[in-house]
Amino acid sequence: MREKKKYMVLSFHSTTEAISFEKQCIQDQIPGRLIPIPREITAGCGLAWRIPADEYPSCRQMIQDRQMKYQDITELSL
Amino acid sequence: MIYLDSSATSFLKPPQVAHAVCQAFQNMGNAGRGAHAATLGASRMLYDTREKLAGLFNIADPARICFTCNATESLNIAVHGLICGGDHVITTVCEHNSVLRPLYAKEQEGASLSILPADEKGRIIYERLEDLRREDTKAVVITHASNLTGNVTDLLKISALTRRYGLLLIVDASQTAGSIPIDVEEMGIDVLCFTGHKGLMGPQGTGGIYVRKGLSPRPLKVGGSGVHSFDKMHPVDMPTALEAGTLNGHGIAGLNAAIDFINETGVGAIHEKEDALARRFIKGMADIPQVILYGDLEADLRAPIVSLNIGDVDSAFVSDILWEDYEICVRAGAHCAPLMHHALGTVGQGAVRFSFSYFNTEDEVDTAIRAIREIAEE
Repeated sequence: MREKKKYMVLSFHSTTEAISFEKQCIQDQIPGRLIPIPREITAGCGLAWRIPADEYPSCRQMIQDRQMKYQDITELSL
Repeated sequence: MIYLDSSATSFLKPPQVAHAVCQAFQNMGNAGRGAHAATLGASRMLYDTREKLAGLFNIADPARICFTCNATESLNIAVHGLICGGDHVITTVCEHNSVLRPLYAKEQEGASLSILPADEKGRIIYERLEDLRREDTKAVVITHASNLTGNVTDLLKISALTRRYGLLLIVDASQTAGSIPIDVEEMGIDVLCFTGHKGLMGPQGTGGIYVRKGLSPRPLKVGGSGVHSFDKMHPVDMPTALEAGTLNGHGIAGLNAAIDFINETGVGAIHEKEDALARRFIKGMADIPQVILYGDLEADLRAPIVSLNIGDVDSAFVSDILWEDYEICVRAGAHCAPLMHHALGTVGQGAVRFSFSYFNTEDEVDTAIRAIREIAEE
């Protein structure tokens, strides 16, 4: 059994929004990667951005400052 | 072979377009259908292409651009998706059937249509626009350039009226996107319909529609979206709303490479060269007896299209000689522009259309001039 870790999972309205988010993350060195959206979340897009929960506080401000669009944010153990 | 039919399709393309399509065939999955490398690569390529198109047309939000198969599909989305049975629409005699036929179909559903006339040179009579507007006018659907005369529409004159009365301005940019600058903000364009395989130099089967924020056309197609699979309704978020089913990812990869070439070369430089070739051809026609040229040839801004006839000779016959004896590719006939042929008096004869590409040469133009001279002197 894989060990579960806590992540902040950001959902999106569309794939376009997800890819735009990813592009900004790469530019600003925000950690994480795109994953297939976990079943716990309902969103407009099949992709979600997963950030390790312990790294999220350090990039939350950046996501706000850049006005990066996403639908919702949820803490999950994956 | 001398290809002078670029208004039909950009047969002459930068080599990186074919290379990008081949690369996509070998590497690309289905965009928006998962999160593995092949599908993410496709999604990233689509997004990158949206961004490049947004840059080209000064569109603030790339998500307002949806990919389609061609300008015809885009125009059908615009007309069927935004115009209702009781609406009045203004269009022009310069239009291609890709504008006219969807509008005629709306007429069958109860919409009414007014058609802005043109003068003997095919120039839109802008002064008549205000007279045609009514209380129930919903939109002006108009080409940015005639595919028959090469005359370019002054969209600022049109948008002065559409802005004043709150009408939608729906533009067919089939003959201009990529080769004549387009700025949706400055020009007041609400919906821009374009193809990928003409001025944008991409593969056939690519195209797109820009829909400004606040407008939500009813989609022509609904179906697979990769998301919300248990909903009965297709998602409403742009661009998913108008992109049901798998997109032509391989073609769009080619379009992406073509836009890179256009950006590196510059739309201005592309226009300048194509315009110089067209004007060289026009100049070469000047002293050939019996040649009748159509369109506003003195206009400062023109699409690189020159249509002509030799006396009353059938345009199909002339184009056939051009191919058989000179290996010159041109288009004869009606060019899907019936109202413009009525305006020019060329319904029976059609016209021989020469259209020039950035990749044509002065030598090719001179060969075409010699060919027309010889045919006219027969």
